[in-house]
Amino acid sequence: MSNAAITAAGAVLMRDLQRAWRRRGELMQPLVFFTITVYLFPLAIGPADDTLRILLPSIVWVAVLLSMTLTLPDVFAVDHADGSLDHLALSPHPLALLVLMKAAAHWLSGAAPLLVLAGLLCAVFGLETYTLRALLLGLLLGSPVLSLIGTLASALTVGLRGGTLLLALLTLPMYIPVLIFGTSAARNAALGIPVEAEMFLLSGLSVLALTLTPWATAAALRARLG
Amino acid sequence: MAHDTGHTCKAVTPDLHTSFMFERFHKFASPPHFHAFARTLSPWLFGISALLFSGGLVGGLVLAPADYQQGDSFRIIYIHVPSAWLSMFTYMVMASAGAVGLIWKVKMGDIVARACAPIGASFTLLALATGSLWGKPMWGTWWVWDARLTAELILLFLYFGYLALQSAIEDRRAAARAGAVLAIVGVVNIPIIHYSVEWWSTLHQGATLTKFGKPSIELSMLMPLLAMTLGFKTLFAAVLLVRARCEILEFEQHTAWVRELTTVTEAR
Repeated sequence: MSNAAITAAGAVLMRDLQRAWRRRGELMQPLVFFTITVYLFPLAIGPADDTLRILLPSIVWVAVLLSMTLTLPDVFAVDHADGSLDHLALSPHPLALLVLMKAAAHWLSGAAPLLVLAGLLCAVFGLETYTLRALLLGLLLGSPVLSLIGTLASALTVGLRGGTLLLALLTLPMYIPVLIFGTSAARNAALGIPVEAEMFLLSGLSVLALTLTPWATAAALRARLG
Repeated sequence: MAHDTGHTCKAVTPDLHTSFMFERFHKFASPPHFHAFARTLSPWLFGISALLFSGGLVGGLVLAPADYQQGDSFRIIYIHVPSAWLSMFTYMVMASAGAVGLIWKVKMGDIVARACAPIGASFTLLALATGSLWGKPMWGTWWVWDARLTAELILLFLYFGYLALQSAIEDRRAAARAGAVLAIVGVVNIPIIHYSVEWWSTLHQGATLTKFGKPSIELSMLMPLLAMTLGFKTLFAAVLLVRARCEILEFEQHTAWVRELTTVTEAR
């Protein structure tokens, strides 16, 4: 890979992060949504402490899935609206690398703050340390898959009306393996069982998504932009 | 990955045999020829399917003995198992056709992929419904959170996603290309989903038929099942050809041959 491609990739990443930072208010919205969603469950289930503590990791996982889906349209929509997406697709550098940077920016601006918030919320709810660590490690290893698949779906739906609902319809079924392994790790941790197997599986899924989805995303973008 | 450099016409003149093959393929894959071919073939397929269905249904519902454990309830497998197989088979056909359309820019690939989706979704729904009807007397509930049921349900969601994407994109070529990427990604995902769900929980009875080894089913019960499976496959092919014909006519509505076709029909 040439130096120019690496410079271009860095520029794409920095540009997205800068844009996210300049709209800090919008960056807060998924975090607020996440908090509200997590707090809805105690209200719906009732204030029984034990039930809540058992369900909490699963609730957090589902809330993370939903919150990350909400931020997906932004990955390509703004670039598509101002025309810079076409320039990105026309650039001489490998498009797969550039869209990988878009996914990385989505993870850094959309997922990383969620993980911190999830940790804080679970600590407030009194989750045991071992379970909390398993939950957070699972989220850390699994959330790149969510960003990568989400970026792919975002590329498929770029420029379409009613994008968010369509995106949720496309991404949520594909998020299921990550959800299963992530929640299973937290559940096993709560029982005191080792969670290495789930962590290896989540890492495996991450590596697989990291190697395959950028190509698919690039193909999707070319298909959409024509 | 395929770089979009437009459709480059490659000169195919290495030797007579390959050029002949290419010609045959291109002729077959051109919409007017495929349309004519589908029109001749689909009535035959419908006929064969009807024969297989009547044989399979009589064999399965009348001639086959009742199961020693499940009684007459087992007979739903003659609908359930073929539709479950076809639900996955159709997805593979859809993804393969989509890949052919995406990589080699063969228009018929796009058309066949689009035609597959509603059929596959119907098979999936049928498999879920019949499974649920069977589950009530056998397991005591309509729905169990079992691995294969859940995987089938997720397959239905994948079909719904594909259909939603198709209806969201107005341009047919663009919709087909985006759909092909989604279907291919789905094919990579299906085994992952399958094994993750399997790991998550399991209650479904093991596979009765495997490619290797002797099947654990009586021959008089097996033969109708095979007939029904072939009947379902031919029905799938027949419906696919009909749907593909409709898609071709819509895809090509502004071309001369379609206009000619429609005016001839009107004149009659």
